[in-house]
Amino acid sequence: MIISVTSGKGGTGKTIVATNLAYLSKDVQFVDCDVEEPNAHIFLKPSITFSQEVSLQIPEIDEKKCSFCGECALFCNLNALAVTKKGVILFPQLCKGCGGCILVCPEKAIREKERLLGVIEGGRFQSGEFLHGRLIPREPFASPIIRKLKKMIDGRKELVILDSPPGMACPMISTVIGSDLSLLITEPTPSGLFDLSLTVSVLRTLDIPMGVVINKANKNNIIEKFCEKENIPVFMKIPFDRKVAEVYSKGHLLVRDEKWRKKFEELFERVLSLDEI
Amino acid sequence: MEELCVISGKGGTGKTIITASFATLSENKVIADCDVDAPDLHILLKPEIRSIEEYRGGKVARIIEERCVKCGKCAEHCRFNAISNFRVNTFLCEGCSVCQLVCERDAIEMREELGGYIYLSKTPYGWMSHASLLPGEENSGKLVHEVKKRARELAKKNRSKIILIDGPPGIGCPVIATLSGANIALIVTEPTLSGIHDLKRVLSVAHYFNVLPLVCVNKYDLNEEMTEKILSFCTRENIEVVGTIPFDEKVVEAMENGRIIISEGGEASSAIREVWKRVHEVLQRLH
Repeated sequence: MIISVTSGKGGTGKTIVATNLAYLSKDVQFVDCDVEEPNAHIFLKPSITFSQEVSLQIPEIDEKKCSFCGECALFCNLNALAVTKKGVILFPQLCKGCGGCILVCPEKAIREKERLLGVIEGGRFQSGEFLHGRLIPREPFASPIIRKLKKMIDGRKELVILDSPPGMACPMISTVIGSDLSLLITEPTPSGLFDLSLTVSVLRTLDIPMGVVINKANKNNIIEKFCEKENIPVFMKIPFDRKVAEVYSKGHLLVRDEKWRKKFEELFERVLSLDEI
Repeated sequence: MEELCVISGKGGTGKTIITASFATLSENKVIADCDVDAPDLHILLKPEIRSIEEYRGGKVARIIEERCVKCGKCAEHCRFNAISNFRVNTFLCEGCSVCQLVCERDAIEMREELGGYIYLSKTPYGWMSHASLLPGEENSGKLVHEVKKRARELAKKNRSKIILIDGPPGIGCPVIATLSGANIALIVTEPTLSGIHDLKRVLSVAHYFNVLPLVCVNKYDLNEEMTEKILSFCTRENIEVVGTIPFDEKVVEAMENGRIIISEGGEASSAIREVWKRVHEVLQRLH
């Protein structure tokens, strides 16, 4: 079963839920897809045993062959190429590597070269396999690394956990697409609710079943009300507790404490029971 | 005119709370919410929308069934795995048109899709440029760029001195678009291992794009040892720390009620005032 752990708003506790859940499974693959700011390794402390570079194919123009006709620049929807009398200028950070310029060039003057975007690293932690990606700071596009990470998913595992980036643009979509269940982590504030409602509409369009975890829960029941109206189950509530924040700050897992272990075991059972349906 | 953006790397460290507070404390500015993915500043600033503009994001491919002969060339050439079973998954399509180019039957059309809306609004604290992205829309960096463009126009028209920007989390394209052309990046971090890790990454992005970074540590007393580590890291790296803000239940309460902490008083509120004073000094130095 593949589950994605996501939220519209950042800092609601995605990584807390994802890592604690991962710790309870004996047969788990953990994939940290927040390649802009990966944090799960801080909590799961995997031993990294392999690393692999991720590159994007970008064009390289052979100016000896180039006739400066401008077809490539005309084709490029992202405006990554500009043709002037003096030569062709490539703006590598705008290029998403579609390969179209190579196809349209009448002089066959364009080759591809690799542009390094980041790395994928993997290894093991106590209960399973670990993978994460790291985007090089200054690079704009996270999705190619996420796509590559997702090709490494091992479907035979009891549980595959995808720790998603926040928001609801391309990196989040690339992460959650194809998962069997999304856990939405939120908090009982107007911004938590607003971003939750946006995330719900994205997941509905993608046809992904969901369950909600309310973090920093208190007496305020705006999230429960919303979930009831939208017919989305609330799987777990993590009460507002300064201690939770302190444990998190040190990079520790909550499940080391018996009380929390029980709560996360319940969540774990709940998630897996959905797999049988 | 200076551009001040508030970013963080890690989400949920308090960017929006601080931006909203600055909005109440600063004079003669235009406000922009560049977290177009999950915009929350409007919840605190309660803008009255004065104009709405449609945002055309990128193009998306569509296969015209009657013409398609199912040769599979489009899927073969698509580098984004956006075509399967002779259907385009619009969530994965990057709008590059390669499928249209390779299709021999002219069976693919590129359609410009509505990507979201851009708003110009009036708030009790000044004009605000903001946006909403339709679910799953691509190119949030481009929309950030549009929001900033509107904010600059407003600032020029009103002769504003500051553009105050609430930024997105992460380090990817929307963050880069937010930083582009900005003078100062106030990085809001928290004393957690994740906070420090993410701070370092977002700092290198700020350096790369030549934006002056300032750091403030929110909820510093949750782990004072970790706060010390951040402070000494900043000293070592020669980065100005403009303040530390204590954890304060009043902030939690204010957020729950959609209120700005500055008007509620308390420890965090006074600390944010101090942070603004320091940031303001830096802004004047740049001026």
